[in-house]
Amino acid sequence: MTLHTQTIHELRAQLRRSKVSAREVTQALLDRIAALDRKLKAYIWLNRDDALAQAEAIDRTGAAKDGKPLAGVPIAIKDLINVEGQPCTCASKILQGYVAPYDAFVIRQLREAGAVLLGRTNMDEFAMGSSTENSSWGVTRNPWDLERIPGGSSGGSAAAVAADEAIAAIGTDTGGSIRQPAALCGCVGLKPTYGRVSRYGLVAFASSLDQIGPFTKDVEDCAILLGVLAGHDVKDSTSVAQAVPDYTRALGKSVKGLRVGIPKEYFIAGTDREVAAAVRGAIQKLQSLGAEIVELSLPHTEYAVAVYYLIATAEASANLARFDGVRYGLRVAGDDPIEMYRRTRGAGFGPEVKRRIILGTYALSAGYYDAYYLKAQKARTLIRRDFEKAFEKCDVIVTPTSPTAAFKAGEKMDDPLQMYLSDVFTLSVNLAGICGISIPCGFTTRPKLPIGLQIMGKPFGEEMILRVAHAYEQATEWHLQRPNL
Amino acid sequence: MSEKTSDIDISYVAYLARLGLTEAEAAQFSAQLKDILKAVEKLNELDVTNVEPTAHAVPLTNVLRKDEVQPSIASADVMRNAPQQARGLFIVPKIVEQG
Repeated sequence: MTLHTQTIHELRAQLRRSKVSAREVTQALLDRIAALDRKLKAYIWLNRDDALAQAEAIDRTGAAKDGKPLAGVPIAIKDLINVEGQPCTCASKILQGYVAPYDAFVIRQLREAGAVLLGRTNMDEFAMGSSTENSSWGVTRNPWDLERIPGGSSGGSAAAVAADEAIAAIGTDTGGSIRQPAALCGCVGLKPTYGRVSRYGLVAFASSLDQIGPFTKDVEDCAILLGVLAGHDVKDSTSVAQAVPDYTRALGKSVKGLRVGIPKEYFIAGTDREVAAAVRGAIQKLQSLGAEIVELSLPHTEYAVAVYYLIATAEASANLARFDGVRYGLRVAGDDPIEMYRRTRGAGFGPEVKRRIILGTYALSAGYYDAYYLKAQKARTLIRRDFEKAFEKCDVIVTPTSPTAAFKAGEKMDDPLQMYLSDVFTLSVNLAGICGISIPCGFTTRPKLPIGLQIMGKPFGEEMILRVAHAYEQATEWHLQRPNL
Repeated sequence: MSEKTSDIDISYVAYLARLGLTEAEAAQFSAQLKDILKAVEKLNELDVTNVEPTAHAVPLTNVLRKDEVQPSIASADVMRNAPQQARGLFIVPKIVEQG
């Protein structure tokens, strides 16, 4: 039996019956990482002794028998979530050497659930990017084709799960940074409703859009892990005090009679032919399972990219002001504080982060605020209303996750606008604050690359999107395929 | 907003952002930002008069908690990350002119 290929729910059964120890599972993952990660580069930091010590503590306390939901399950963490005693660099030189002095809310939840925190995964610097190429620590490769990118910004987390280098992983999604890499690597990724998961301890990129969420090998695992991450936290005033349901109870239910909305704006020229065909096939499958297909319109979709890049960069320019070389991270000396800030930030931030700080600062600067930032916030209202109206007619909305499968490394690095367009189908979900999941729904032919299906739900409608995702997954076999590594 | 996009003063914006740029970066970003702003001008097609702005998707207002003393991260743990420090203080370049 290979331990690294198991899902959370499969491992859990064995750990509970003491058929396997947490230490053996963690060791199996560490062996897998040692064998593969040299070419994949999903991880940027790993402490083998610490991971094994965590696993041994789980074995000693009998946490698995106590029914803790993740007891002994090794989970990888994106490098922008604080874990006490571990680095948290956001894949940026400006945070080189920083050691987190506290645990993020989600890390406390994971520890409480018995998870083994395996290591830190690569990402685009400060989560700005769609390919994980904007990392200061090297490029992560797509497990299905090492010449290609894994998507981003949570590309390390997606690649780790797809390559069985982690049983599951945690990522963040500001405009698609969980769902797009999940689609491109062929795993399951969910962006929760804004406010469902506390952001305490997450390094902020765009505070009104960021959410933490799970990467898993199947939908059941996604439901289990989301249940651990979700919850109200007084330390994040935007987290919502709403009870966390047992998401696994949404699984196994039929989709008969459910209304599946298909927005015409997401089925347009520009989407890869094989991606479009796979998504059409998935819609037919849902129909054959008894779902009712409802054609609808989200008329302001074409404005989402502009709205997103104004709001996200404006918020980022404010959030990243904290990296000034005073309290943590890199400092480059200067004769006065302003010179020190400029030199520190000039040396510490990579090109994409600088580009976005400039754009965001410009959009917020005197004389341009009304024309750019305020206008974008008003247009955001129109996008949100589109979804409110659409969800009067349907229970979920189904679209492609990304217009193409994984592209080649370097292909879009010189053209930021083209890179931004790879999130065209995901970022409206963040603007509207709703939830969305990406699940595998097929492959391209030459080369064989995964294709993702996005299922969007109402605010706090995670149970509904998990139910539809699970019904589709159980009727197909895409999620069982693994890359040849 | 259309007339103004051509004359983005990159060095002024970089100064506002306290961001040091090399000449090559400034030139490259100027050209790329011009393209990005052009794409963003698509918003001009929209009539947003009488539309309320959305700052947050979840309409929460005035979230308050009790003002209670709680344990916080120890000062020594915080100072461990400081690039330059002495006796529990962050050292920075001189801010005030000598009188």
